[in-house]
Amino acid sequence: MSGDHNTDDSGPAARVKALEALLTEKGLIDPAAIDAIVDTYETRVGPRNGARVVAKAWTDLTYRKRLLADATSAVAELGFAGPEGGHLVAVENTDRVHNLVVCTLCSCYPWPVLGLPPVWYKSFAYRSRAVSDPRGVLQDFGLELPRDAEVRVWDSSAEIRYLVIPQRPKGTARMSEDELATIVTRDSMVGVAKVEAPRA
Amino acid sequence: MNGVHDMGGMDGFGPVVSEQNEPVFHAAWEGRMYALANFVVGSAGFNIDEHRHAIERIPPARYLASSYYERWLAAIETLLVEHGVVTREELLAKQDASIDPALIANAVSTKGPAPVKEKPGAKAPRARYAKGSRVRARNLNPSGHTRLPRYVRGKAGVVARDWGVFVFPDTNAHHAGTKPQHCYSVSFEARELWGKSASRERLYIDLWEDYLEPLASKSKAKASKRKMAGKAGGR
Repeated sequence: MSGDHNTDDSGPAARVKALEALLTEKGLIDPAAIDAIVDTYETRVGPRNGARVVAKAWTDLTYRKRLLADATSAVAELGFAGPEGGHLVAVENTDRVHNLVVCTLCSCYPWPVLGLPPVWYKSFAYRSRAVSDPRGVLQDFGLELPRDAEVRVWDSSAEIRYLVIPQRPKGTARMSEDELATIVTRDSMVGVAKVEAPRA
Repeated sequence: MNGVHDMGGMDGFGPVVSEQNEPVFHAAWEGRMYALANFVVGSAGFNIDEHRHAIERIPPARYLASSYYERWLAAIETLLVEHGVVTREELLAKQDASIDPALIANAVSTKGPAPVKEKPGAKAPRARYAKGSRVRARNLNPSGHTRLPRYVRGKAGVVARDWGVFVFPDTNAHHAGTKPQHCYSVSFEARELWGKSASRERLYIDLWEDYLEPLASKSKAKASKRKMAGKAGGR
């Protein structure tokens, strides 16, 4: 995605620096708080959180039921909550139904479980085509679904944030919850990939 | 507003390209911008809807040419200046002389509306629709903020779930009241939206009650047709 980042320090970097200095001077922001927010999203909040939720749902049937009934509180049980996570909904992939999440109007994403969205999720290509050509978008990710599978696209146009529970792959029956959490990918929880069993 | 941000169903942006081992932020300023925006939206009393609307007000050509966090930067500069938290002159004074002053706090074409105080004591109304209600997304084209994308307007769907009561973004973004109302998950057949007899696809989108109008249920529609036919026959 060339063109979607600007690492040139003469442009936005300088403007952000100026903005931060001015707001600090006015006492509207605390640079230490800014450091803490950056650190939180770089190191603590990310798709590993969601992977823990999915692994638990795969191994604990009652948890899975709670997650599907009320994802916000089921996710909070594992200690994950925060901005963009006040109204979480989990949708489940099966042999017959495949779920895909998008935000066509901006880039709404379930931060507490997946962290901040990757560039492709925010890209114009994804935002425009996920609703009108979901199977084509899945092919961009190398995922070909059976023709008779139903694709459900969720456009996050309000304050609900969606987490896809991918299918547990075959050949993982002996894996523990902790081990399973290591194979659940971010892309599978947005619905653009399946989870693969580790190669023996 | 019918802005370029409302891009569901547009063609021409090419394939979706995924970056391997992508960092959370691609440059330090992106992280600062992200954190600063989150902090300042709270501390300066902006709401999330007006933040989104400030991004939507970026002129289309610039919107498309900007990266994600560049759009956030433009939106926050705009809101800070519009709310009188900082002045354009103060921002410029902090800038390096090499920066084009036209970019600063001038990133947005249309001016935001004047803030209006909300009337207190507004009560949440009862839900007009329930699971299974047949509805049509209204053909609304407001000049301000809306979360009703163009691609569903005028289309018929079915209420899948009632999510409960939420602040109405179309008014809240303009400080014209929170107008709390039910928000529903509404499902649409791909065929209804895109006109093709596509493979099995269905879209779910969250729509506020004011975006919807009732459609007669199938049995009722048939009954009224029979009634009409009966009337015609009786003449």
